[in-house]
Amino acid sequence: MATKGKVTGVIANMVLLAVDGPVAQNEICFINTGGDRLMAEVIKINGAKVYVQVFESTRRLRIGEEAEFTGHMLEVSLAPGMLSKNYDGLQNDLDKMEGVFLKRGDYTNPLDEEKIWHFEPLVKAGDTVVAAGWIGSVEENHQPLKIMAPFGIDGEWTVKSIAAAGEYRITDTIAVIANAEGEEKKLNMIQKWPVRVSMTDYKEKPRPFKLLETGVRTIDTMNPIVEGGTGFIPGPFGTGKTVLQHAISKQAEADIVIIAACGERANEVVEIFTEFPELVDPHTGRKLMERTIIIANTSNMPVAAREASVYTAMTIAEYYRAMGLRVLLMADSTSRWAQALREMSNRMEELPGPDAFPMDISSIIANFYSRAGYVYLNNGEAGSITFIGTVSPAGGNLKEPVTENTKKVARCFYALEQDRADKKRYPAVNPIDSYSKYIEYPEFDKYITSLIGEGWIEMVNEAKTRLLRGKEIAEQINILGDDGVPVEYHVTFWKSELIDFVVLQQDAFDEIDAVTPLERQQDILRMITDICRSEYKFEEFEEVSSFFKKVINICKQMNYSEYKSDAYSSYYAELLALLETKQVVNE
Amino acid sequence: MATEAFQKIYTKINSITKATCSLKATGVGYDELATVNGKLAQVVKIMGDEVTLQVFEGTGGIPTDAEVVFMGKAPSLKVSDQLAGRFFNAYGDPIDGGPAVEGVEVEIGGPSVNPVRRKQPSELIATGIAGIDLNNTLVTGQKIPFFADPDQPYNQVMANVAMRAETDKIILGGMGMTNDDYLYFKHLFSNAGALDRIISFMNTTEDPAVERLLIPDMALTAAEYFAVEKNEKVLVLLTDMTMYADALSIVSNRMDQIPSKDSMPGSLYSDLAKIYEKAVQFPTGGSITIIAVTTLSGGDITHAVPDNTGYITEGQLFLRRDSDIGKVIVDPFRSLSRLKQLVAGKKTRKDHPQVMNAAVRLYADAANAKTKLENGFDLTDYDRRTLAFAKEYSDQLLAIDVNLNTEEMLDVTWELFKKHFKPEEVNIRKEFIEKYWLGQNGEKA
Repeated sequence: MATKGKVTGVIANMVLLAVDGPVAQNEICFINTGGDRLMAEVIKINGAKVYVQVFESTRRLRIGEEAEFTGHMLEVSLAPGMLSKNYDGLQNDLDKMEGVFLKRGDYTNPLDEEKIWHFEPLVKAGDTVVAAGWIGSVEENHQPLKIMAPFGIDGEWTVKSIAAAGEYRITDTIAVIANAEGEEKKLNMIQKWPVRVSMTDYKEKPRPFKLLETGVRTIDTMNPIVEGGTGFIPGPFGTGKTVLQHAISKQAEADIVIIAACGERANEVVEIFTEFPELVDPHTGRKLMERTIIIANTSNMPVAAREASVYTAMTIAEYYRAMGLRVLLMADSTSRWAQALREMSNRMEELPGPDAFPMDISSIIANFYSRAGYVYLNNGEAGSITFIGTVSPAGGNLKEPVTENTKKVARCFYALEQDRADKKRYPAVNPIDSYSKYIEYPEFDKYITSLIGEGWIEMVNEAKTRLLRGKEIAEQINILGDDGVPVEYHVTFWKSELIDFVVLQQDAFDEIDAVTPLERQQDILRMITDICRSEYKFEEFEEVSSFFKKVINICKQMNYSEYKSDAYSSYYAELLALLETKQVVNE
Repeated sequence: MATEAFQKIYTKINSITKATCSLKATGVGYDELATVNGKLAQVVKIMGDEVTLQVFEGTGGIPTDAEVVFMGKAPSLKVSDQLAGRFFNAYGDPIDGGPAVEGVEVEIGGPSVNPVRRKQPSELIATGIAGIDLNNTLVTGQKIPFFADPDQPYNQVMANVAMRAETDKIILGGMGMTNDDYLYFKHLFSNAGALDRIISFMNTTEDPAVERLLIPDMALTAAEYFAVEKNEKVLVLLTDMTMYADALSIVSNRMDQIPSKDSMPGSLYSDLAKIYEKAVQFPTGGSITIIAVTTLSGGDITHAVPDNTGYITEGQLFLRRDSDIGKVIVDPFRSLSRLKQLVAGKKTRKDHPQVMNAAVRLYADAANAKTKLENGFDLTDYDRRTLAFAKEYSDQLLAIDVNLNTEEMLDVTWELFKKHFKPEEVNIRKEFIEKYWLGQNGEKA
């Protein structure tokens, strides 16, 4: 019999229950109050006293009201039919909810049980399968989805029967499997998985090495992220976090994009709802919405559900990774998630860590980021979850617990900077502080060399060095004045400005400049490197800036022109002619 | 509030702090209202049979044998068309001497709008102030605060915005407002003959601080009635949200919660977001737009209140006194309306975004020139022209006393461009230069 509980205390969304049976940590229960059923999760157990966090408003909840435990943790239902959906943090289908306002205790089925899918078996009776093994396939929005053996089952199972190719609902039995002990399982297309447990039914997780193209130059060229990599974007408000994140989710070369709007503005989610069904995926030509799933737990939705929303998103990502797909997961913002943890820890009267965040915040963040990754599945195929989270540091100060703890685990760091944003140098990613650890991986070096050719990473590092040198010289010029430094210093400075303006800065709202394919990024970096490696002769410093301003202007016009169009070529010719006027010809 | 026959009266209070009192009681719901010797209170904690009440006007004078009556409902407001033109206190009781409002009783702080039922905001709100309409255009369904130091005339600017904006209802939520400012608003609304579309909920500095926690929810509950039931365009003014946050920190402190940054409660972000996210554009045409005031301490925006606000709202408007012209202006650098691109150039003239950016860029050049001047460097001819431009731009457009329509604002900016610059210096797309610079009198600059 299921365990029952009675409410014995209420403090905001934390409720105390007295229970009459066994209860598990993180088990889900429903509290009945005034005709509503409120979902809650166990967060602490002390004898028969159980603390739960309620995923809804606890208004009018009374002492003595009853709760029923479900015997399972917070879980999601996974099956074909999830693409293009808008879910809340607990995977309720928002479109199925009635009325303008969210109703307390209104839980909707995330899946469509009536929809018919064309199923193709991938195994035959007598074959053996393991957990997450592919047994069939179904196509959704042109994506080949796999129907898999249940996650988490032990050992090898024999396929007793498998449905023939044909039309099925997700609830229809499509296979029966049995293990050596004779235990049988009837399978339909639905998987259930607890969100707080990472799904590890894969063979191995190597270091990721394959470039994930985003079309954003400051990422792909300077600090690349890889399939299965992790990155984070901290930035004060107004520095373009959302624009950058939307650009990545629109352009990245991924099969599935999951956007977890975690405690952010509702209107930003509305923007995705409104635009993504219209926008075209630059890689496939299909509508962006077809590959996108939105987990919307905006800032005004209940705090506990916000905390759960990132796990919901990650578990859905793991489901698609197990099919051998490339998944990109974006969470905006992980600070709101951490704040939700803080609110709860505070109500439980735990001793606080720095800035009143819970003491274990660093391990919670580390565990979450570690669920991303590139994996080889048991059948030899590969899949990946690339995770990029934004961080909203309080007061724009990067020395706060969420930023610091994220920095320890995320391998790419894209620091948005107020100063660059003020100067309208977008994307405002600071080129000196930001980094990608992947660029140091020999695996990545090998991969990028096979893709692009020799010398790429040297060129990237050279550009970074020039940027750093440029910054140092700018500081010296500020102190000593324009004529207080040699003319060559001005040349070095303006070479760094050239890299900044032409490679780093990119107009997210310009049709052409918004996305730069890798091939074009190579041309840009090669061209800029050539210019920077050449020597120029100037009489005085004023000549330097006016010359480089002209160079920058032409290069920018090239960025705005269609790749290899007539306009593009004529700008290039113009550029070469201009460069010749000042170039020192080496003997 | 009359005691009804079946209600149980408790008369034994166990403990009293400055803002809360606790007693043994049963059958009490969370968030429920109660009266303690006639003073309104709300249930903030239930632990077994021990109930903790937050007494809004403070616990001064409450004896341990005070009469406590639970009302069986959360704070609520009676909504109907009768709200229009009235002044209320934080509990929704009239303070203008008029009769009580009849209507449907709605609990305040109600549920959130389902994000998929929202519509993308797309209607411009004209205020006549160029610092707003030209550079930081507002849109219905937006939420945006003024970030201002206490000595700046933010209430006057906000009142101007409210009076000029074409909205069906204006709802003013005053938190910790000085009595003088309250009378200013009352006088202004009464004299403008616009009283029938204005509703005010007032907590002045004379009222207890904790009461003001009810103000935003009261104002927004009324707003939701008009926006949802009547499909009206509602503008909600909340001043001053810093005072609201201060009240939050008082309560959390009294409840022994561990403070986070700047002594604010750890839930500050969620608390503020719950209010601001009530701003919404409904598909049926109704909308709630929130213009708030967040007072700063010495312009510090890294303080927890403006910082969290900045992450929640869709931009912010900064006021600054410009010593060159002796007027208060809307600072074009630090102000931002995140939704302006939804209307600028789409609902306004096509040249709007380019003209706006060019003017701000030139204004920035002027700021650089000024720094040069102050540091004793020589100015170029261009520097001098940008300085002259900046002064006129500030005076004729950025100042808060400007009242123009958007077309006029654009025309004035073009005139200033022509007066001080060459076409290639303003960096505007050729088609607009041809139309608005050369077009009118056919001459080349």
